[in-house]
Amino acid sequence: MEDDAPVIYGLEFQARALAPQVAETDAIRFLVGTQSLKYDNQIHIIDFDDENNIINKNVLLHQAGEIWHISTSPADKGVLTTCYNKTSDSKVLTCAAVWCMPKELESGSHESPDDSSSNPQTLELLCHLDNTTHGNVACVLWEPMGDGKKIASLADNHVLLWDLQESSTKAVLSSSATLEGKGQLKFTSGQWSPHHNCSQIATANDTAIRGWDTRSMRQIFCMENAHGQLVRDLDFNPNKQYYLASCGDDCKVKFWDTRNVHEPVKTLEEHSHWVWSVRYNHSHDQLVLTGSSDSRVILSNMVSISSEPFGHLVDDDELSDQEDNHHEEKNKEPLQDSIIATYEEHEDSVYAVEWSSADPWLFASLSYDGRLVINRVPRALKYSILL
Amino acid sequence: MDSEAEMVKHIRALDSDMQTLVYENYNKFISATDTIRKMKNDFKKMEDEMDCLTTNMTAITEFSARISHTLQHQHRQITKLSGVHTLLRKLQFLFELPSRLNTCVELGAFGQAVRYYSKARCVLHQYQHMPSFHGIQHDCQLIMASLALTLRDRFSDGGSSPQELAECVELLLQLEEPAEELCDEFLAHAQRRLTDELLLLERELGGDAGPLSDVLEFTDKGCNGFVSNTCLVMASYQDLFISRSAQGPVSAMAQGKLVGFVDGLMATYFSLVERRITLERKSLGDNSLLVRSLDRFHRRLQAVAKLLPGSGVAAEGTAIVVRAAKQRLSQYLLAMRSFFTDCLTDVRQALAAPRLPGKDQPSLADLLTSVSTAVLNQIKSVLAYVHLFTAKDITFSSKTYFKGEFCSQGVREGLIVAFIRYLCQTARQFCESGGERGATPPALLLILSRLCLDYETSTISYILTLTDEQFLGQDASPVTPVTVLCADARDTAQKLLNHQVKVQGLNISQMLRKSVETRDWVSTMEPRNVRAVMKRVVEDITAIDVQVGLLYEEGVRKAHSSDSSKRTFSVYSYSCSRQPTRYSYTPQVGKSAPMDTNLLSNIQKLFSERIDIFSPVEFNKVSVLTGIIKISLKTFLECVRLRTFGRYGLQQIQVDCHYLQLYLWHFVSDENLVHFLLDEIVGSSAHRCIDPVTMEQSVIEVICERG
Repeated sequence: MEDDAPVIYGLEFQARALAPQVAETDAIRFLVGTQSLKYDNQIHIIDFDDENNIINKNVLLHQAGEIWHISTSPADKGVLTTCYNKTSDSKVLTCAAVWCMPKELESGSHESPDDSSSNPQTLELLCHLDNTTHGNVACVLWEPMGDGKKIASLADNHVLLWDLQESSTKAVLSSSATLEGKGQLKFTSGQWSPHHNCSQIATANDTAIRGWDTRSMRQIFCMENAHGQLVRDLDFNPNKQYYLASCGDDCKVKFWDTRNVHEPVKTLEEHSHWVWSVRYNHSHDQLVLTGSSDSRVILSNMVSISSEPFGHLVDDDELSDQEDNHHEEKNKEPLQDSIIATYEEHEDSVYAVEWSSADPWLFASLSYDGRLVINRVPRALKYSILL
Repeated sequence: MDSEAEMVKHIRALDSDMQTLVYENYNKFISATDTIRKMKNDFKKMEDEMDCLTTNMTAITEFSARISHTLQHQHRQITKLSGVHTLLRKLQFLFELPSRLNTCVELGAFGQAVRYYSKARCVLHQYQHMPSFHGIQHDCQLIMASLALTLRDRFSDGGSSPQELAECVELLLQLEEPAEELCDEFLAHAQRRLTDELLLLERELGGDAGPLSDVLEFTDKGCNGFVSNTCLVMASYQDLFISRSAQGPVSAMAQGKLVGFVDGLMATYFSLVERRITLERKSLGDNSLLVRSLDRFHRRLQAVAKLLPGSGVAAEGTAIVVRAAKQRLSQYLLAMRSFFTDCLTDVRQALAAPRLPGKDQPSLADLLTSVSTAVLNQIKSVLAYVHLFTAKDITFSSKTYFKGEFCSQGVREGLIVAFIRYLCQTARQFCESGGERGATPPALLLILSRLCLDYETSTISYILTLTDEQFLGQDASPVTPVTVLCADARDTAQKLLNHQVKVQGLNISQMLRKSVETRDWVSTMEPRNVRAVMKRVVEDITAIDVQVGLLYEEGVRKAHSSDSSKRTFSVYSYSCSRQPTRYSYTPQVGKSAPMDTNLLSNIQKLFSERIDIFSPVEFNKVSVLTGIIKISLKTFLECVRLRTFGRYGLQQIQVDCHYLQLYLWHFVSDENLVHFLLDEIVGSSAHRCIDPVTMEQSVIEVICERG
């Protein structure tokens, strides 16, 4: 059971941005971006050694400004985008840029932490996503499972699609859509659907969730008042079309079938404050992770609306002896939707949770005070899902 | 010697006595002897006379025998003659019979005719081989057939009275008409008349236009008309066909027919009664009419059942009463539900009514009392209505259903418990539906919550005790215990209060969020005032405090010193004034961390408990207010963290927080909580500040005091 103990890593700065290194499928690696208005911001590359339970870190300087959002290329391990605040002349503008890590860090070097911190390296700028006409960038989305050439950014009330050219050194705006309406509309977050040949993007603004078709750049669905308060985050079910999870300031996590925009399929109300982040597990989509400003991370088992609602189908010959039969019966029990665990290692608001892209049983959560916690899915549950 | 002398003397005395006795009795002996001699002489004389008598008697016997022998022949002739005479008279009767019968028929004395005919029938039947007799029989049969026909006509004629009918039947029976046919005819006839009455009753139902008369009148009509006539028919029928024919097969047949007949008619009658009872649902107020009519209905059926033990009438009648009672209960439940809903609508209207200047809004406490008394009164009156069903003078109240199941399952569970559950459920719905953007006014949530809490503490047990006292059921079936209902009510009260806190908290949060999000904090002006939104927040919280205070007790506050505002103020200002120092300590290079950025608050966090923002509250004012303030300040904090501040932006936040601190501490249970959250807000905004220069504490105070 010792292995199940959480691993905690502390950053010196406050932090909100967390992302797994999507293109990496062997090593467990997360990127954390810091927020500091006074010092150079950093991107910490956190390597987790699963066998030895050890964290290795590498620090890259991100001098452009404090980081609000990070996302990594699905094709190139070394490429990432950040959204950062640029302050100039008493004006704050959130910009986005595509960056490249130094080559030796790309696949995680095992230098001792002391060495790396004594000699911090700097990110190499590939290109800016020019947003002078579009306003503050809320987040940048990579086309999932793509070749790392297409990205989307949400800037104020615009959805912008970019093509990266010349080995990502040039970003060309390919198409855009604008959300019109009363008042100042602002996207808060978005997610690119991995289904339908990656032709859908879901966005959140205020209490509404909208879906966009990337080919026509038209709105395809809209859930007005999806949440009672602001919608903070979205995630598509990676294995089940049309299914979407959302969370927001009404402390709820809602699961939607985008074909029915009037009713959520399911609602969870476990957090005692705003829910800032929701993530489906990439392989076992019944596992849903949520992080909230009540400083808790909750792992739920949403079997009933997962792509495997009846559990893993087991071949008969695997159940040859009595013991296995018995085991199987036991496995039937957790088929109810349930809360698996509540993690209370954080002491400040948790703004980001992410599953590892390499190990489906491992996830990281980041709280504002700069504490990164790496946890595992409880072993019993892991076996009950696998067996 | 003396004794010898005395003895001698005695003996001499005895001797002289004996001598005297002998002398005295001598005469008697003589006379006895004389008498005996005389008797001897007399007996001899008597013997002679007896002998003479004997000879005389013998002579007499001889003579008498001789006389009777002579007379014997003549006597036989006389007997024969008298026999012939009777026969002749009978024959004459027979010969005259047809004409007599005709006369009788003409005169309408059917009874007489039938009596004559039944006398002659056997004889005629016996001697029908003789032509003359046959003729007579034929004639008679013709007459009697016509008579029977007349009788039947009369029988089937609708206008004749039951007595006449009975007579007809009696005669026809004597004419040996087949009993079964008669039964059928009799019943068919009765059926016609009774069906007419049923039609009359059905007309009373009135179709779409509603019943013509009230239910009691209807039942009376039914009882007096249909039921009593049925009883009459049954009585005469039994008289005619059953008791008369003793225990023969006819009796059994007749009885069977009667049961079928009565059951059939009763079924129609019952369906009419049930339809009428169903029509009663509109008039829910008074129950007594219905109960009385049901009672009458039931009582009359007892009579029918007594007349006809083999029929299911009584059972069916009781079943109807039970059904009516059950229906009534469910109607009352519905009525109570809609009453409660109406109450709530009234409250909503009262709350939503525009405040007229100079006229106070109805206070929440008043509204609460009016709702709870109205509901309680309604429950009481319904209980009273329902209680009529079990009154002692009502015949059906002694049935097992009304003694047991009606009390426990019907009234207690089906009515009272169901209503309480409905109440809780309705109240809970306010938390679930429309909760997002305050569709339900928070004041209504407060009232409902208090109502449920009152129910939990006293009302439920009061109502149930009342019910149990009035309806002392002898039923052992399990009933919902008070504790379960109380738990339900408490749970509901808690949910409502939590929801109320959430709604109010979100309202204030929304204001705060908008105020933080829409402002440009980097290039703001130097603060001169507390922002209007903060004043609004304090005003709203004060209003909520007043509102909640009307319904909930004060609650406990953590002890603080008498001059707490001063004290906390100094703590607060201390932490504020520390901030610039804090930042001046931080090293300039990024790689060595600004370790103490949040040191103070982190240390504080170590010792303070985790704050659950949307946590359940207790049933008192302070707890409610603490909940609301917690939610609001946490929102403030989260919003501040999303912004970047200029120097004056930070200072504005300082001013705002100080203002909040001044006014909010006395609402909450633990003022440290407010300080902690406000510190956190100022700390966060300082941290999010490009140019963190804090304002002088004294200046802040001046600004805040200026308002």
